[in-house]
Amino acid sequence: MNDNLIAIEITGMHKWFGAFHVLKEINLTVNCGERIVICGPSGSGKSTLIRCINRLEEHQRGKIFVNGVELNNDLKRIDEVRAETGMVFQSFNLFPHLTILENCALAPVWVRKLPKAEARLLAMQYLERVHIADQAGKYPGQLSGGQQQRVAIARALCMNPKIMLFDEPTSSLDPEMIKEVLDVMIDLAREGMTMICVTHEMGFARTVADRIIFMDEGQIVEENTPEEFFNNPQHPRTREFLSQILSSQN
Amino acid sequence: MSFVREKYLAQTPPPVMTAGVLGWIRENLFSSPGGVLMTMLGLYVIWIFAPPLIQWSLIDAVWRGEGRGDCLVKGAGACWAFVNAKFGQFIYGRYTIDERWRVDLVFLIGVLTIAPLMIDGLTGKLPGRRFFIAFGLLAYPVISYVLLFGGNFGLTIVETPLWGGLLLTLVVAAGGMAASLPLGILLALGRRSHMPVIRTFSVIFIEVWRGVPLITVLFMASVMLPLFLPAGTNFDKLARVLIGVALFSSAYMAEVVRGGLQAIPRGQYEAASALGLGYWQATALIILPQALRLVIPGIVNTFIGLFKDTTLVLIVGLFDLLGVIQLNFTDANWATPQTAITGYVFAALIFWIFCFGMSRYSLAIENRLNEGTRRA
Repeated sequence: MNDNLIAIEITGMHKWFGAFHVLKEINLTVNCGERIVICGPSGSGKSTLIRCINRLEEHQRGKIFVNGVELNNDLKRIDEVRAETGMVFQSFNLFPHLTILENCALAPVWVRKLPKAEARLLAMQYLERVHIADQAGKYPGQLSGGQQQRVAIARALCMNPKIMLFDEPTSSLDPEMIKEVLDVMIDLAREGMTMICVTHEMGFARTVADRIIFMDEGQIVEENTPEEFFNNPQHPRTREFLSQILSSQN
Repeated sequence: MSFVREKYLAQTPPPVMTAGVLGWIRENLFSSPGGVLMTMLGLYVIWIFAPPLIQWSLIDAVWRGEGRGDCLVKGAGACWAFVNAKFGQFIYGRYTIDERWRVDLVFLIGVLTIAPLMIDGLTGKLPGRRFFIAFGLLAYPVISYVLLFGGNFGLTIVETPLWGGLLLTLVVAAGGMAASLPLGILLALGRRSHMPVIRTFSVIFIEVWRGVPLITVLFMASVMLPLFLPAGTNFDKLARVLIGVALFSSAYMAEVVRGGLQAIPRGQYEAASALGLGYWQATALIILPQALRLVIPGIVNTFIGLFKDTTLVLIVGLFDLLGVIQLNFTDANWATPQTAITGYVFAALIFWIFCFGMSRYSLAIENRLNEGTRRA
């Protein structure tokens, strides 16, 4: 029963890049359906943390469980975890040699072993949901940044994941395009998807997040509800960060 | 001093001055003083070299004849009669004359297999493309071997030392190409592997084969290798040469492909992994299609190099197109001052047609593949 409630459990996790200690003593439990926003200054390890969750980065100490599966050197289990965990990157990372539709249908066909026609139907469904079905025949290079990021979200959703990871999804977008991507993410949150977002969009964090995690120098400094986090920050480093980021965003 | 636009301007067509033949000439040949100078220089070079070449190869040339007498006429140009008389040898070498239809049949099946694939490469709309690829890579070599060598189905055996001319050139080149691309891809992947054993093996293999001249490889294959094999094993010389050429060019191909692999951003690997694709799936579906596309010029460059390097098989006693042509210079019946030069020009022409064809074709493929990725 416990497995059904807890999506991610990280205990005493440490990570080093060479001699550099990037993540220190990370403890984090994410329940199913919870929306977590991770923020913090650049270099604080927030991207590395989220990349550890689907093992794009390897951790050296501690334990990470995703959907009840421990991440270790068992490659087969890791591929299983990845298939259940969608990821959206800052730089979109669409496959430039495939059309939008092929980008989305690829993993369902090869990982989920769906028949091609069925995968295409599924892909169209999700492209519809991110309002970009009319571009299905185009190549990624022909779309704007915001459109590409929405396709990337649809591509991840096509795998019907239990958890979605967002690694600064709007950081390389023009202001006009940020909204269209955030709208899609907000829709997703409303539907009850378990989400972990690394983002600087404080407005998004305020409306969507159940919990906000603030990181600095590779550790979790503060963890709170959005209300408490914005109105009554505890740690001095959090207050400093908030005063700077909010003055620039307003 | 404020301004507010009341109506957005509509799109209008560009000015038409740049169109037409005159426009093209003006823009490409006489656009600047330097351009005018280069055009003049180009015309001068053509003026100097073209007339004598045409005179020698076409106007003064001897097209028909029975022997040297016809080409010994005063002021005679190219002795095409020699090429004409020896044409069969140039194509088939010393292949048994009554059995030459088997070679023709192999050529014909080859063309019928490759032509649709080449058209598909340009249009991307061939029904049953997989069948053609599978046939070309798996069935065709077997069929060719059975037909060319014989020994089955009532076909008499034609030993490989009799194979020669263009036939041999194409066998060695096609064998080398078909083997070197997949081997090269595996070696390139191996060299980037995280597993030390595989990486070390790939590095050593590539560096050893790249570090020795092809002539050495051919000598080793034909002279040294039999010494190491158990006595009495008779391992066909052409087969040994084919293996040598394939391994040699796969080392080059590996480095070309590695160049392409290195150009693929890390994000592509990560996106593929994040979707749950395994290593081989990600490599075959995401990485290689992009990497190979980037290095088409390098791949074709290696193919062209390989095609011309086949002439080196002469030194181990196999007679490819150039070898057969040179062999025929010694024919007393055709000993004229023009024989050798005509033969070499003919050989150059044939090699050039094949290599230029490959070059042009690869360009066309590149253009088609780039269509999608280029911003519209």
